[in-house]
Amino acid sequence: MAETVLRAEHLTKRFGGLAAVNDVSLELCLGQVHALIGPNGAGKSTLTNLLSGDLAPTSGHIHYAGLDLAGLAPERISRLGIGRSYQKTNIFLPFSVFENCRLAAQSRRQRPWRLFNSALGFGDVNAAATEALDVVGLGGRREVKASALSHGEQRQLEIAMCLATRPQVLLLDEPLAGMGPQESQTIIALIQRLSASHAVMLIEHDMDAVFAVAHRLTVMVNGEVLASGTAEEVRASPIVQQAYLGDEHGALDV
Amino acid sequence: MRSPTRLTVVLLAILLLLALFPLFGEKFYVQLAAKVMIMAIFAMSLDLLVGYTGLISLGHAAFFGLSGYVLARFAPQYAAPSLWTSLPLALGACAIFAAVTGLLVLRTSGVYFIMVTLAFAQMLFFVFHDTPLGGGSDGIYLYAKPEVKLGEVALLDLEDNQVFYWFVLGLMAAVYLFLRYVLASNFGRALVGIKTNEHRMRALGYSSFRYKLANYMLSGTLAGLAGYLAAMQFGFVNPEILSWHTSGGVLVMVILGGMGTLHGAVLGAFVFILLQESLSNQAWFGPLAKHWQLALGLFIIAVALLLPRGLAGLAQWRNRHG
Repeated sequence: MAETVLRAEHLTKRFGGLAAVNDVSLELCLGQVHALIGPNGAGKSTLTNLLSGDLAPTSGHIHYAGLDLAGLAPERISRLGIGRSYQKTNIFLPFSVFENCRLAAQSRRQRPWRLFNSALGFGDVNAAATEALDVVGLGGRREVKASALSHGEQRQLEIAMCLATRPQVLLLDEPLAGMGPQESQTIIALIQRLSASHAVMLIEHDMDAVFAVAHRLTVMVNGEVLASGTAEEVRASPIVQQAYLGDEHGALDV
Repeated sequence: MRSPTRLTVVLLAILLLLALFPLFGEKFYVQLAAKVMIMAIFAMSLDLLVGYTGLISLGHAAFFGLSGYVLARFAPQYAAPSLWTSLPLALGACAIFAAVTGLLVLRTSGVYFIMVTLAFAQMLFFVFHDTPLGGGSDGIYLYAKPEVKLGEVALLDLEDNQVFYWFVLGLMAAVYLFLRYVLASNFGRALVGIKTNEHRMRALGYSSFRYKLANYMLSGTLAGLAGYLAAMQFGFVNPEILSWHTSGGVLVMVILGGMGTLHGAVLGAFVFILLQESLSNQAWFGPLAKHWQLALGLFIIAVALLLPRGLAGLAQWRNRHG
């Protein structure tokens, strides 16, 4: 049995009367990809925001490393080893590819009062940035401005920035959004490789990709968990088939 | 690197010209140039906030004025204060004021930040205007400039017009180099990151608040240095130096010169004050001189419309089009 590193219990987030996430519990295990699927508006991104600290839950707990993360600031959660990528590409466009990653890696050694540390001085920061770029396959593009990258490369950089902070848990919010089939294959292979040493939560609409990489699946509808289990269990579940997956091949019905 | 040598050569040439100026310039102009350089330090300090962190303050005069008042209150009635004690005291007061107000104002952003910084500056204005602390609207006179002594030996005679000028020039150059260095550091890169996308910086694990507070304190302290020098030069302080006119003026200098470049702030200070002085010169403009604010206003509008990157953007504009 894989080691559970993050356990969310009964998470609820209300916006006024609307429960965007309602009593959701989920576990992320080291060495596994846990896919979160569901139609638009099901609460997947809100759940990610709760786990990353971008939003504070109305109630519920997030157990990680002996702490309850619920309501902690995003920078705190990030430093504890939970990295996230964004659905909308969220990189520093004016900076070079390497600068983006270096800035991410540098976040692990913050000393705002040391005004004189040169930006290029830290060997280990540069090493972490270089390593992250090599892992996602952008090693040859490090001096290119982020704004000059193709859409697919920007998505890769998005993941590289997350990796440069050396997280244990990866929250990937639609990493394949807007990618061509070839680029998608690259990212899927990347996620598979990363899952060996990370606990990955993957939000994705591409069902082929999901079934290719996911060890476990959670299906969300209207802020609630409809079903959760291994890929086979979820695929076989009559409720899921009826409510969401449509035909047995798993075409997305949004 | 993008040809840093040309910029360095230009800056060194300007520094040399400025250094030689008191040798042939008339006393009035030497004093005016010193005033401009003091305002350039003030403008650079504000550029740290506006240009590098995206925080538009309309209360930067608070630090400028606070420092001047600390010097005036600290100075003995008719004797010269020591620079070694009065300067750290004035700058320390600004750093503490920045730390305390920063904890509050940095929780806001955008137009709220403008309003809250303005509110704190106005509070300080009334503290010095309406309490016995400040000497009312007449202010306080400083009868002697601070002494720079090592033991019994006077190192610099700041009462001397030329010496004071070089002292200010040296400090302006030092502040410029210091900030260049700071902005090239990890700290500077993080600031630009926060300005570009604070949300993402926090998601990457940056305590953006701590960075903004450090920057706010640095900015306030340097504004205090400018205020200290200004109080020293004019020989008196009054509540006007804390007013929102002063805050607005320095903000216009930064915008005029070009935000986020440092040398733009220096350029903005030079152009703003020299235009102000020449447009209000009756010998040159006769009866129109009374309406110098109108002409200055039109000039600022023209720059804002035609040069969105300010006067510092002129060089790049020529590179691209010429």
